Amino acid sequence: MVEQGNPYIVRLSSEKASFWKTVKPTLSDLDIELTERCNNNCVHCCINLPADDPVAKKREIPTEGIKHILKEAASLGCLTVRFTGGEPLLRDDFEELYLCARKLGLKVLLFTNATRITPSLAELLSRIPPLEKIEITVYGMKRTSYETITRAPGSFEAAWLGINLLLEKKVPFVVKSALLPPNREEVEEFEAWASTIPWMDDPPSYSIFFDLHSRRDENKNRAIRNIRPAPQEGLRFLARRKATYLKEMKKFCSRFMGPTGDKLFSCGAGIGGASVDSYGQLQLCMDLRHPDTVYDLEKGSLKEAISHFFPGVRETKATHPDYLLRCARCFLKGLCEQCPGKSWMEHGTLDTPVEYLCEIAHAQARQLRLLEEKEMAWEVEDWRERIRKFSEGKGDER
Amino acid sequence: MSAELQMEAKVSLDKLYVPSEDVVAREIEGELIIVPLVAGIGDMEDELYTMNETGKAIWDRLDGKKKLKDVLGELSVEFEAPEEEIEQDLIGLVNELVRRRILVEVV
Repeated sequence: MVEQGNPYIVRLSSEKASFWKTVKPTLSDLDIELTERCNNNCVHCCINLPADDPVAKKREIPTEGIKHILKEAASLGCLTVRFTGGEPLLRDDFEELYLCARKLGLKVLLFTNATRITPSLAELLSRIPPLEKIEITVYGMKRTSYETITRAPGSFEAAWLGINLLLEKKVPFVVKSALLPPNREEVEEFEAWASTIPWMDDPPSYSIFFDLHSRRDENKNRAIRNIRPAPQEGLRFLARRKATYLKEMKKFCSRFMGPTGDKLFSCGAGIGGASVDSYGQLQLCMDLRHPDTVYDLEKGSLKEAISHFFPGVRETKATHPDYLLRCARCFLKGLCEQCPGKSWMEHGTLDTPVEYLCEIAHAQARQLRLLEEKEMAWEVEDWRERIRKFSEGKGDER
Repeated sequence: MSAELQMEAKVSLDKLYVPSEDVVAREIEGELIIVPLVAGIGDMEDELYTMNETGKAIWDRLDGKKKLKDVLGELSVEFEAPEEEIEQDLIGLVNELVRRRILVEVV
């Protein structure tokens, strides 16, 4: 958008359009998981070591190490860094890291539970804005529901205190949630409150189909599996605003579905973006921690990883017989979240089909009438026609 | 330039201007990107700015060491245009940048 009255200065909004006229920078976005520790202990969470875990704390990238990564990211053209965790505000050096990022000209996207937002941090975020809306996960509208999920006494009050501090200081944020039995009856109340937040352009998003533990902790995985909703149950929630849901699904299906063969990386992971884990390992995305796909930043650079290491990883082909028989031929790819990251979290491999994701995708395809009851998507030959009919037709769900 | 415009702009060819410490100017793949550091630079919190080639040619010369009239002289040579033709645009851009606190006068 060109400023009226002055043809030389152009106002940009990086969310709305890419403003690189010719060459895109080597790195556009970087995620940094500042810690795996969290002061909440949510049963569904894939990454929450105890807040005072001494081993994790000792292993975390030191302040200067993160500053070094931020400087290199900025030199490669990065515009946005996401600080996430665990709970990133558990880091004692958070304000120092935040200021470092902002003074390098980076926008900061902060993922937090808001329990550790202090008056001084709210003041800092007001004076030196992150330039991205903070994303806050809210676990419930009442102490009982909230703390049944977080299993952290006092977390409800702490979160609301933090949220109110941000509201007072007019620091832009949005809220999201995880849909779980203790808060299921509070969805309307949550959404009514969310709609009063000045920066909420859309209804809040929800985690519904939970990932397993990011470090493949079997005890945590058992607990997560136990609270995962049945596919139909989660899909009913997703489709509760029927007209909007159908409109979005038609648009999505017309663009992003179709079999991808034995090519494992059909997403954009590692292209212009990357994730740093709490200990300095660079990953293509937040989920994918398979040792063959991570790059030790202590032994090399962001540039080397993004320019040379990641492209090699992205060439990896699937070899698992079940993947080749099913996923490689499945037109629900896109609708299905099967990917090397999810395969790693579920099975410790890159290419093992994740049954839960397969069930969800098939249930959703049946809900959208892309599949008949007994059909398996990899056996369908006229999938292009089905997607075309669904995307162009009036369409309805079951 | 008319006296009215100079008064309105409070920008003078005899003054020196320099990028404000309230912004971070970055060059990414040949594009100048101005990132606000403190609140209140743009109309919206997430706004970044860039400039077209002419704007960038002006920005690159605003180093706090040259008076605006010297910048004008250099631009006149570079763009092979009379100073009178460039002056209004130069004052207009500097005025806009000062108004947005992207540029400050060297006192």
